[in-house]
Amino acid sequence: MSSPVATPPSPPSPPSTSAKGAEPVRVQRSLVARVLARPEIGALAAAIAIFVFFFAVAPPFRTAEALSTVLYASSTIGIVAVGVALLMIGGEFDLSSGVAVTTSALASAMISYQFSLNVWVGVLVSLLISLAIGFVNGYLLVRTKLPSFLITLSTFFVLQGLNLGVTKLVTGTVATTNVSDLDGFASAKAIFAADIPLGFMNIKMSVLWWLLFVLFATWLLLRTRTGNWIFASGGNQDSARAVGVPVAKVKIGLFMGVGLMAWFLGQHLLFNFSTVQAGLGVGNEFIYIIAAVVGGALLTGGYGSAIGSALGAFIFGMTTQGIVYAGWDPNWFKTFLGAMLLLAVLVNLYVKNYASTRK
Amino acid sequence: MTDTIADHAAPDLQVGSPLVEMENVGKSYGAISALEGINLTVNAGEVTCVLGDNGAGKSTLIKIISGLHSHTEGTLKVDGADCRFGSPRESLDHGIATVYQDLAVVALMEVWRNFFLGSEIRKGNYPLAPLDIKGMREIADAELKKMGIHVKDINQPIGTLSGGQRQCVAIARAVYFGARVLILDEPTAALGVKQSGVVLKYTAAARDAGLGVVFITHNPHHAYMVGDHFIILKLGRRVLDKKRSEVSLEELTTEMAGGQELAELSHELKR
Repeated sequence: MSSPVATPPSPPSPPSTSAKGAEPVRVQRSLVARVLARPEIGALAAAIAIFVFFFAVAPPFRTAEALSTVLYASSTIGIVAVGVALLMIGGEFDLSSGVAVTTSALASAMISYQFSLNVWVGVLVSLLISLAIGFVNGYLLVRTKLPSFLITLSTFFVLQGLNLGVTKLVTGTVATTNVSDLDGFASAKAIFAADIPLGFMNIKMSVLWWLLFVLFATWLLLRTRTGNWIFASGGNQDSARAVGVPVAKVKIGLFMGVGLMAWFLGQHLLFNFSTVQAGLGVGNEFIYIIAAVVGGALLTGGYGSAIGSALGAFIFGMTTQGIVYAGWDPNWFKTFLGAMLLLAVLVNLYVKNYASTRK
Repeated sequence: MTDTIADHAAPDLQVGSPLVEMENVGKSYGAISALEGINLTVNAGEVTCVLGDNGAGKSTLIKIISGLHSHTEGTLKVDGADCRFGSPRESLDHGIATVYQDLAVVALMEVWRNFFLGSEIRKGNYPLAPLDIKGMREIADAELKKMGIHVKDINQPIGTLSGGQRQCVAIARAVYFGARVLILDEPTAALGVKQSGVVLKYTAAARDAGLGVVFITHNPHHAYMVGDHFIILKLGRRVLDKKRSEVSLEELTTEMAGGQELAELSHELKR
């Protein structure tokens, strides 16, 4: 043991002499305790239960084709839900994500068509627009310190109006013109919306992208400094800021992440259907948020997972399709959504208390 | 703990040399002046206690030193150079670490993640470089063991530790990252007698290793146990500024309790 020069000649006695003798014992928490503390565990249980349920009651649900449809429906929820989950872990949420998807698709379609450009130009310009929407949400949030509810609610209405208003001004209708004849359509469709034959079933490209985004987000959250900062910004932003975490940058980045995911889904929808309805997307923001919450994200931030959001999206993908396969009225989906949200919030509250009580 | 401090405290600390000097520092929020004319020197190897009742300006004072707010009047010198901190990061870069009473840690994050929050070790220096999780776990584990903090599992959320343990983890973290000035914001306010004792011992150990410590408290008994220099604030102004040799615990307690005002009050209430 070397003392620094400035230390007085006799080094002070260690603070807790009693503890010095008894080496603190490290105990691994039991496997059960560690598994139960994972944020996505509730969603996993629910996903299995719902899968088994529809498997039992709806014979058409048992086919590979149905699984492909379910996965596709899940991916259209899950792609944005990943971004929303990260944002919620960072302590904020975004009500504008649903219409932002439509904004990105409309911008891409109209820019390419009106200027007779290669569709990739529209794709890139709409990327900038989507990131800009995310940036504005985040920048307004950190500057005004208003709740994200108010700021993104404003963005939601602004975009909803813009989507319809601008589309009507430009095309005269509430839908974009078909873009399938434009240059670059085939390559864009291959990237964003191709069908991949697996022999026994076809998988949409969006499913693969979705899984890739989930894996990347999981790695980002758990294995990088950025992930640490996201958890800290949501868990206790004053603490985080005090130890040098750039909370404002993290939050702006997270909103831009949601923008990026909304852009991706928007491009997928555009190249999958070749045309976009301007009124689409309203209400989807809640489905993304609920998928993230069902996946274990706390509404107050600081806790959650990307895999959980995927499980949440899978639950809703299964339910929307399962209700149809079972031959029931699809309107029941919304009731299910509400019940799941309430249940998930209660489970999350329990898990949070379990994880943060003294043991 | 002593090992930790000896290993990580900056080696160039000279006991008695001024690390932070404040001259006539003031802070006003619009028309309201929260702090006015504060002179304060933090010397290496000494504990400067800042005492005051609620609303006396203690928090504003430490927020200026730790970079959460910048001052509006006077000068703040660190190592003789003028400074005005725009963010806690800048203050940290000058070797000033603050341990907050209430916002010391992120409760839902693991102990080791909290230990390294804001100063994570990475395998590489490019964006999105992976964290050296194994290394960080080992260091945090070793540092806490050295301090005799009984943590069952370094991977448990820090919210499952007791208040005193959390406080100690935060102090250990500040010292480990080479703090030269340690600001402790009411470290004993929410703690029981025994846990307060542990925190006070760490405070003394940090002082003995040559760090400059600013100890914010409203408990004169705790302050007198470790302090070398005492400043009492009242309504944003300094009402007492004395060295340990010039002041007794009784005087400090009386002054903290309200001094003359208290005497008048007790006279009034006398039956």
